[in-house]
Amino acid sequence: MSYNIPVEDINTLFSMVTPPDFNRQNSLMKTYKVYESVITNIVELTDTEKLFHLQITDPREAELFSFLPGQFVMLELPGFGEIPISLSSSTLLKGHIGLCIRKAGKTTKMLHKAKLGTKVGVRGPFGTHFPMEQMVGYNIFLIAGGIGLAALRAPIYWVNEHRADYKDVSILYGTRNPDRILFGYEFDLWRKVYQYDLHIIVNESNESWSGKVGLITDLFDEVKIDPLHTYAIVCGPPVMFKYVCTHLNKIGVPMNRMFVSLERRMHCGMGKCCRCMVGSTFTCVDGPVMDYWTVMNLKESI
Amino acid sequence: MLFKTISKDKFREFVNGMIKDHQTIAPKMTDRDSNGKAIYQFQQVYSFDEIAMDYTKTYSSVKTFFLPFKEMLSTFRFEEKGWKQDIEYTIHPRVIMGVRACDVDGLLKLDKVLMKGTFPYAYYVARRRNTFLIGLDHEPLEDCFCQSLNSDMVEHGFDLFLTDIGDKYFMQVNSSRAFNLLKNVEVYDIAQEDQKKYIEEKKRIASLFKAKIDVTGLSSLMDIEFESDVWKKWGDKCLSCGSCAMVCPTCYCYTVNEHIDISLKSASKERVLYSCNLVDFAEVAGGLNFRPKAENRLKYRFYHQHRGFVESYDEPKCVGCNRCGRACPVGINPVDIIHDLRMEK
Repeated sequence: MSYNIPVEDINTLFSMVTPPDFNRQNSLMKTYKVYESVITNIVELTDTEKLFHLQITDPREAELFSFLPGQFVMLELPGFGEIPISLSSSTLLKGHIGLCIRKAGKTTKMLHKAKLGTKVGVRGPFGTHFPMEQMVGYNIFLIAGGIGLAALRAPIYWVNEHRADYKDVSILYGTRNPDRILFGYEFDLWRKVYQYDLHIIVNESNESWSGKVGLITDLFDEVKIDPLHTYAIVCGPPVMFKYVCTHLNKIGVPMNRMFVSLERRMHCGMGKCCRCMVGSTFTCVDGPVMDYWTVMNLKESI
Repeated sequence: MLFKTISKDKFREFVNGMIKDHQTIAPKMTDRDSNGKAIYQFQQVYSFDEIAMDYTKTYSSVKTFFLPFKEMLSTFRFEEKGWKQDIEYTIHPRVIMGVRACDVDGLLKLDKVLMKGTFPYAYYVARRRNTFLIGLDHEPLEDCFCQSLNSDMVEHGFDLFLTDIGDKYFMQVNSSRAFNLLKNVEVYDIAQEDQKKYIEEKKRIASLFKAKIDVTGLSSLMDIEFESDVWKKWGDKCLSCGSCAMVCPTCYCYTVNEHIDISLKSASKERVLYSCNLVDFAEVAGGLNFRPKAENRLKYRFYHQHRGFVESYDEPKCVGCNRCGRACPVGINPVDIIHDLRMEK
């Protein structure tokens, strides 16, 4: 007889061989494996924000990568860090990812120094998405504050691509000052090609600015909302959620038709590290997109 | 589950056999404190004689061997153009023995988080599946309140579980590998007398608990008392040191650190255990902190234990070992906080 304990290879365990929920072709256990991607284009949007175009290198992995508007990826810079970033590109382009990134911390500062051709890693996509199918036949209000527009770009692309499915689409965008306006070059496209009702407001004006000055809630005076036939998608700083959603709720938009995208610190994206926990819920697994009713019921969420 | 008995001599022979072939971790007396009391810790042992079968408590739990404080998640090799990622999570089979019921229950709770669901945590799964776990019953200490949380007994999550019934151990055999290994030594089917002794011993242990908390409706109480002054009272004491999470058998939150090797040829990605009491736990890029005060963070810790975890898995995350209470430098402990919340004294 012997005291040998047989080795259990976890990759062959029955429960472990089914592929995971995100688009991974290899065995389930490689949850920390990244897709190797290359930076194909860098668009300077403002002094602090850049739009990075990434392409997943492996054609098979690129084919497998698909996401829905509102989801995010974990972007890996080997040796520097891994950060959660909202996907802000069209869902139709296989393996092609657009990420709008603000220079805010150690990793993003490094990323802003990156040149074309730099190789980075991508894990994901993770999280919940805006229920675009549910919104078919309704008016849509997209409300963004500051960098929140980055997360709304994926649903905007979605609406562009399925324009006939949706009725009136309005975009309300508020930002600190005219220099920080993101994606300004797309505004004409949105207005003229896709017939969006686009309103922009800034907190502080300067000489170049001839538009509105004030808070995003001031824009509600300009637009007409049909509360029973409208879905709202809101993304911005936490303080904005409260004012915008309270207003929408007051005029009668049902709470379960308002969707917000929350921001939290994340270290895994898979409901393990606990860093993104709000009240009793993981932002990475049960969020980042949640309806306002859910958000209201989470402690310290906004 | 099968029930067997084994004489203490034979058990010693069994353990020595296991030690010869595998890394074996067991409670061991490592030092004495200033009062001359023994200090025990789970450590690797090289013979049965080193094991303190009568140990009272260990400051850290066996979690340390499943979720080590630091762990390599992956490494990156830099190349001419770009880099390559390597991931390693294999582990040799090993034995951990002398684990209390509450610690086994703690592992069961970790299993729910780290082994199940969409994204299993491979590093933990490898360790858990390749560990032969031997549990051991004990008399509760003054401050153990595991009975209140149903963690004083476990039915699964181990390979063998021992209860001392005089000159032999009453054994619960819970895996085929345990059954096979027991063929190395003489074990006996249980006699009526053993069964009687076992039940009596279990009853005796159950009657010794002194500390208690009332968990009835605790999860909704957490919501109701969210703005309670109790959190400020205890939060003002909290030093935000994170000791509680380090010793907790079920705390699993972590941070990820990346380093570039000094040769500039590789980089590593490391997981380091963290604590929700540490100040930057919920701080996002740009400096906004969602839980800026010690009281917010302390409250969140309890909120997750008795509300968040209950919502996900229908049981509290706490196992009632009171390790956090013992480790806290300022005397914050779950029994007092929950009594305070319930306005009991």
